[in-house]
Amino acid sequence: MILPELFSDWFARQGWQPHPHQLALLAAPGDSLLIAPTGGGKTLAGFLPSLVELAPVAGPDGYLENRESRKGLHTLYVSPLKALTADIARNLGRPVAELGLGIRVEDRTGDTGQTQRRRQRVDPPEILLTTPESLALMLSYPEAPAIFGGLRRVVLDELHALAESKRGDQLMLGLARLRALSPGLRVTGLSATVEDPQALARFMAGAGPVEIVEADPGPDPDIAMLPTARPAPWSGGGGHYAVPEVLAAVKSARTTIIFINTRAQAELFFQALWAANDENLPIGLHHGSLAREQRARVEAAMAAGELRAVVATGSLDLGIDWGAVDLVIQVGAPKNVKRLVQRIGRANHRYNAPSKARIVPANRFEQIECVAALEAVRAHDLDGEPRGPGPLDVLCQHMLLTACAAPFDADALYAEVVTAGPYRGLARADFDACLDFAATGGYALRAYDRWQRLMLRGGLWQLRDPRAAKLLRMNVGTIVEAEMLKVRLRGRGGAPLGEVEEAFAAGLTPGDSFLIGGRVVRMDALREMVVEVTPDPSRQPKIAVYSGVKLAMSTQLAHRVLALIGDPAHHAALPPDTRDWLGLQAEVSRLPEPGLLLSESFPHAGLWHFALYGFAGRNALQTLGLLLTRAMEQEGLGPLGFISTDYALLVWSLDKVADPAPLLDAERLRAGLGDWLGENAVMKRTFRNVAIVAGLIQRNMPGLRKSGRQATFSSDILYDTLRKYDPDHLMLRVTAQEAGRGLVDFGRIEEMLARSPRREHRLLDRVSPLAAPLLLEMGRVPIRGEGRERLARIEAEALMREAGLEGIG
Amino acid sequence: MTGYLFDFHGLSLEARGSGVLWWPGGRWLVVADLHLGKSERLARRGGPLLPPYEGLATLERLAGEIAALAPEVVVSLGDGFDDLAAAQALDPLVAGALLALARGRDWVWLHGNHDPAAPRHLPGRSAAELRLGPVALRHEAGPGPDISGHFHPVVRLAGERRRAFLLGPQHLLLPAFGAYTGGLAHDHAAVQALVPRGLAIACGPRAIPLPIGQPRRR
Repeated sequence: MILPELFSDWFARQGWQPHPHQLALLAAPGDSLLIAPTGGGKTLAGFLPSLVELAPVAGPDGYLENRESRKGLHTLYVSPLKALTADIARNLGRPVAELGLGIRVEDRTGDTGQTQRRRQRVDPPEILLTTPESLALMLSYPEAPAIFGGLRRVVLDELHALAESKRGDQLMLGLARLRALSPGLRVTGLSATVEDPQALARFMAGAGPVEIVEADPGPDPDIAMLPTARPAPWSGGGGHYAVPEVLAAVKSARTTIIFINTRAQAELFFQALWAANDENLPIGLHHGSLAREQRARVEAAMAAGELRAVVATGSLDLGIDWGAVDLVIQVGAPKNVKRLVQRIGRANHRYNAPSKARIVPANRFEQIECVAALEAVRAHDLDGEPRGPGPLDVLCQHMLLTACAAPFDADALYAEVVTAGPYRGLARADFDACLDFAATGGYALRAYDRWQRLMLRGGLWQLRDPRAAKLLRMNVGTIVEAEMLKVRLRGRGGAPLGEVEEAFAAGLTPGDSFLIGGRVVRMDALREMVVEVTPDPSRQPKIAVYSGVKLAMSTQLAHRVLALIGDPAHHAALPPDTRDWLGLQAEVSRLPEPGLLLSESFPHAGLWHFALYGFAGRNALQTLGLLLTRAMEQEGLGPLGFISTDYALLVWSLDKVADPAPLLDAERLRAGLGDWLGENAVMKRTFRNVAIVAGLIQRNMPGLRKSGRQATFSSDILYDTLRKYDPDHLMLRVTAQEAGRGLVDFGRIEEMLARSPRREHRLLDRVSPLAAPLLLEMGRVPIRGEGRERLARIEAEALMREAGLEGIG
Repeated sequence: MTGYLFDFHGLSLEARGSGVLWWPGGRWLVVADLHLGKSERLARRGGPLLPPYEGLATLERLAGEIAALAPEVVVSLGDGFDDLAAAQALDPLVAGALLALARGRDWVWLHGNHDPAAPRHLPGRSAAELRLGPVALRHEAGPGPDISGHFHPVVRLAGERRRAFLLGPQHLLLPAFGAYTGGLAHDHAAVQALVPRGLAIACGPRAIPLPIGQPRRR
């Protein structure tokens, strides 16, 4: 397809030239994937083929008629963000009107009203904008074949982001359905810069090939460390030492986004900025725990150019382009090169202008990490963990929703599912296990033969009780959030401020103060799932530890950091204080290096400490901490606790670790994963996510949430019950698979062992320079468990002795 | 000793960490809201298919208490079954376990809102209420003093939600004993109306008493 005159005229009237990649997408005969930086006219590129197909052309009799005369849904656009669909609807409005296309563009998300939805089902617009969850929902209705049967095109926006989570797996299953409903469908993926375009193409591919179009990436970004008067502190993640320089940078730019890794850190940094903001520069705050109204206000103020800066977490990684942003500051190590590059791309959305970004390491280890990340950015060396196979919990949900639409044939569904990229390698046995779970629960005790969820009737699987469809539809989706409690100002109809995790709220007692939305508030009461608070600016916040997800440093960045540390010739790239620190380490102990797993034992404060420089990311090293302390307990070494960072693990114990080899035995660690870690809260949280996605636990029940009654009992009970009575159950199998990644991240432990054939253990008489910052972290992250119990006992006994109360009590 | 001892209208009672109430004076064991057959009922109604082991898990815990205490009388304070159909359709394994537990002792099923009549084909007798001196035993609290279940009370303790007894001047509320039972916070209006202040006794490895309904700390 070439660009018709109508369109080239329109481009000319705007004073634009179509980008080469826009024309390339138009010419693509089949599925295509566009990799382009932000600001490259990506969205228009995605829609251009649809608009051209929908444009009127002169018919044989000279009258204008639509190229595709048929009414109905032509193009489906899927984005990870609701806000994005609304924005696109507005942006498309102009070309649609100016080109005189006479078509309807509407969005369909969780916010769309009932009347609109019903009308869309009877009379769909030509272009429908939606999210993966709303698509799954639409596909679960019996009308789905009628709505989507004539669909010609699908546009998948921000595909790189969708591919990172189960939302992408669900979307690909939905896409397989769409391709089956409308053969000949053409799919276009739009993605930011990614490390492996081929992998993303395989992810979205159906039966045919996907043509990859890479847009000109534009000039290299102007990116560097932000010079600061004071050096980074030894530990911590706040970056507060750099507040004066950050403020000066904000002043010198038009609009700045300040990215920071966690919500709590964002709150604290925002406060620190305002404390020094003598000129009252308008600076806002944006993160996922803030109330939707608050976030919307900040976004609107940004769009209107009223803010000079916004402090944000990953909540602003995606979303509406703000052309005015000309500086991005990353506070804290980026943990992931690809994400850093995508964040840098948020600055200066004009094509062919370099993005400007500055990084602020939060501590000494992060200084090294930031240098390594900058080198990776300059080398265009992006990281990314390879995607695992499509998760089975998502497949279970897909089966149940498929049955909501119509009875299905198992063979046909299997044939369809394996056309979806993530499920291409799905074994029939696993498919059947999922079907058994969806139909009967899949238990060793066949308890539900009379009450199956799906029944086989006339060779087709269908819902036994059609009323179940409503409940299943209410629980569509794969986004599982921690149990959150709303925070409101006290009093009738108090304004919502945001949400905090239930565990955080449970630890508060009335009178405690904490930070939310940049305000210090005092907790008054916790009632019926709402934390009631009163503003209390006079106080220092006592606590600000509610956390979103803590991202672990990527494998590839970890390798770069290790290589940098291990190569003294390379140390010239580091700031002088960091160079000296590593030099001292080389003198006193030795430097870790690629291929070598370094550990140290040293006495400190009356206890033995064992430091392991694993560079495997915080999640994996935390899991390793749990497993190692367990093994040390078995060896009678008296472990008391541990701390893990992205770089190292530090365990303290009564006795010395003389030989770490038996503790680091891969077989032994794997065995520990099964029994010891099985009891752990992290595994339970992993199970909860799996059980919710698979439909074993239903979050949403009609009417229950409002009554204040706990809608469901704790998922921990189900987990414990299954482990005891049905240890081979599918849900436990899926949980164990998930434990290889994510929170448990056992795969990274195995990777660490495999890449380190050489082991070296140093016995030192005092704390090593590399271990010193870990000790500073120690007081801040209390470890609960056996070790802590024993430490408490020892301390209590010491106090008793000091008081001359030995042997009493 | 894992229990918490207290007096309630002249009765010396023990709230056990497991969630059962023990009256040593008459060797009575009182247990609330077993909700046997809950997973079966949810499945029947087209809901999720939960692991069908909660009956076994519940009775295993109850068997532990019965072995430890050797009660002469066991009272189910109502909602022993998730509904009457569930009582009839009880898994043979669970029904067998129940039969073994009831052998040689008086077993009373009080009526609850989920099981408003006597279960057939199962051991034990059934009644609407029982009396222990001045104290009534019933499913849902009425004119006090009484001992009841129904609300599944829970408290928050050290960041955890725990099942709990609630002890007020007129009412003693028992926690739900069934494995798959949710909970209602002790400060929910419906519960607060019955026990505005008094003690919550949290279940766990050991029963932990804590005051409730105290004026708010500033």
